[in-house]
Amino acid sequence: MKYFYLIFSSLKRKKIRTGLTIMSIMVAFILFGYLTAIRQAFDAGVEVAGADRLIVRHKVSLIQLLPQSYEAKMERIDGVDNAAHSTWFGGIYQEPKNFFAQMPVVPEELFDMYPEFVISDEQKAAWLETRSGVLVGRGLMDRFDWKLGDRIPINATIWGKKDGGRTWEFDLVAVYDGAEKGTDTSQFFIRYDFFDETRANGQGLVGWYTVRISDPDKAAEVAAAIDAEFANSAQETKAEPEGAFIQGFANQIGNIGFIIMSIMSAVFFTILLVAGNTMAYTVRERTNELAVLKAIGFTDQGVLGLVLGESLAITFVGGALGLGLAWLLVSMGDPTDGSFPVFYLPTSDLFLGLVLIVVMAFIAGIVPALQAQKLQIADALRR
Amino acid sequence: MFNWISQVVSVTQFSIRSLPQRKGSSAAALLGIAGVVAVMVGVLSIAQGVLKTMQSSAGDSNAIVLRSGADSEMMSGLGGEDTRLITEAPGIARDASGAIASPELFVVINLPMRTTGTDANVPLRGVQAPAMTVRKNFKLTEGRMFEWGLNEVIVGKGARQQFAGLEIGSSIEVGQEKWPVVGVFEADGGLSESEIWVDAAVLQPAYRRGNSYQAVYVKLNSRDAFNEFKDSLTSDPRLNVKPMRESDYYDSQSTTVYNLITGLGTLIAVIMGLGAVFGALNTMYTAVSSRTREIATLRALGFNSGPVVISVVSESLLLAFVGGVFGAGLAWLAFDGYRAATLNWASFSAITFAFDVNLKLLAQGITFAMIIGLVGGLFPAVRAARQPIAQALREL
Repeated sequence: MKYFYLIFSSLKRKKIRTGLTIMSIMVAFILFGYLTAIRQAFDAGVEVAGADRLIVRHKVSLIQLLPQSYEAKMERIDGVDNAAHSTWFGGIYQEPKNFFAQMPVVPEELFDMYPEFVISDEQKAAWLETRSGVLVGRGLMDRFDWKLGDRIPINATIWGKKDGGRTWEFDLVAVYDGAEKGTDTSQFFIRYDFFDETRANGQGLVGWYTVRISDPDKAAEVAAAIDAEFANSAQETKAEPEGAFIQGFANQIGNIGFIIMSIMSAVFFTILLVAGNTMAYTVRERTNELAVLKAIGFTDQGVLGLVLGESLAITFVGGALGLGLAWLLVSMGDPTDGSFPVFYLPTSDLFLGLVLIVVMAFIAGIVPALQAQKLQIADALRR
Repeated sequence: MFNWISQVVSVTQFSIRSLPQRKGSSAAALLGIAGVVAVMVGVLSIAQGVLKTMQSSAGDSNAIVLRSGADSEMMSGLGGEDTRLITEAPGIARDASGAIASPELFVVINLPMRTTGTDANVPLRGVQAPAMTVRKNFKLTEGRMFEWGLNEVIVGKGARQQFAGLEIGSSIEVGQEKWPVVGVFEADGGLSESEIWVDAAVLQPAYRRGNSYQAVYVKLNSRDAFNEFKDSLTSDPRLNVKPMRESDYYDSQSTTVYNLITGLGTLIAVIMGLGAVFGALNTMYTAVSSRTREIATLRALGFNSGPVVISVVSESLLLAFVGGVFGAGLAWLAFDGYRAATLNWASFSAITFAFDVNLKLLAQGITFAMIIGLVGGLFPAVRAARQPIAQALREL
């Protein structure tokens, strides 16, 4: 207890300095939390990707289409549980900046393939009954303030309609929630049968397949078997685990993880300088007092602990405030106004933040603490 | 007045000469500010790089024609007959071989990125001969041009650097066929340098495009010829197309990426800057408090508080300036010209670009540092000037 009291009173000694140091540490941890959430937004798909799902696309590029007949052929391959196709619709809602993914799918296949999409039975039935119906994610629905029953016009950029028009109208009949925090709820699913009979061309062609396999450990073998099945055909395929596919896509945007790590290093280096400098000052200013403490019987270790404790106290208050504020900021919504499929601060990163607090406190405090420990009483009292 | 100025000069000199006594804390503040400026300039140089690539793609008197309703080449589609009508429109510049108008096909091919080994959507463009005249300063830097009608490709400088397997002598696989790379080209740092080029007549069957194209690039007689060109196309009942100036088109292509990076970069810089302000305040409060008696003595001798305030603020500004220059210089050394690739959402294809640390960014960074220095120095300065002399003199 006496240590707590001593630490507390030394923090009170220069209130402005303590306050400013706490604030700068707080800023570092706000950035830590915020940047972590941004990285998470880019990586989200990778983490929640099903280990038992493969993505099969045209070998040459993602923009080339595959025949719908591949589905049955794939389902006959050993180790394949189910195959379902999706196609990129690429339409525009009102204006291009309102970007979100729209995909024609077969509803029953989707229910089976993505157990992480939580949909009420009633709405499932409604979607199965409405040919022009769509299933949308909760996040997307909130972003545009849509309600069940809304009619949503989408301007097609790729798929013109048979009647020559380019505006497709869809009825919002069902909504899905994510079973996990990281589930992407920004998607818009159209019924494939409606899509196929309405589009002007490309009948029977689909974008890519999602394939569920019975044994995730055999992913590589099954992927090879699928590619072998279509080798030397006009449309060869490339099959890869869903996680790898999403990771590859994120990599195209840039090495987000690396950029964020670099920024974080710069931030922590900077703040460490500030905090370390403050601690060094505190010790230098109090050389006399520390010597007195030693003279009245405090051990060398005791003094060492005292200085480290002070460093920990400052860093902890600043860090906890920062993490708290970051959490608040992140829960207020993402900076791109809805372009990120998910935006949240993962619990595991909060713990990482706590570890960082302790590490930073130690690094900032250790040199001054060692100085304090080594202090010779007679010497120091004379200064 | 003269007296006042000489007071300012001497007090400022005094405080700056005593800087070495406060090495530790001054260096911490300086490096802190340098860190903020380096990160800010570094992140913003990504956005500048993308913007520069887009802007240098645009020819002054050039236009691009897409299907109406399409926002990028990827989404567009023009029949062979449409492209013939477009190339016959008025206002298009001509040379010995006819109208300088280039109907082109734009698709992507998956090739691994060098940095990660994962696939990227590398743009693959089918061209006809005028493509090289339409583009600004197109030139082959290595190898030779592909033979028309053969399965050969040439690759842009940026594409060769960022994606694997694009050296001269290697080949890309398109379905069952292998298309050898025979040359490397430059185009003023523009977008085409991220692309692979092939004869349009070769690409059409390979991607099952029949006799269709996606865009027509034209060089006009002059910048002013655009309206005539545009009117003639939009009023033609046989066509349903959208002509745009190249500069407008490329601007629209980069807006999303530019705004996203600039927004995030600014946000990060502002939050970090706040941290640096606290650091600078700390340093200057410490500096002022360690000189409490000196300052009080000066004031007892008859120096005004104005010069005292100015001396503290200029010390802080000096630290911030040096820190800012240091940070901006660091960012310039580390990032300027660094090449990377990203995905252009508008066209669903990769673009390669070089980070661009330009003068405007350097000036922005140093200005930002000075603001941090000003805020960090002002409060401690006012405090120093306000302290009652008698009390300050008595302080330890």
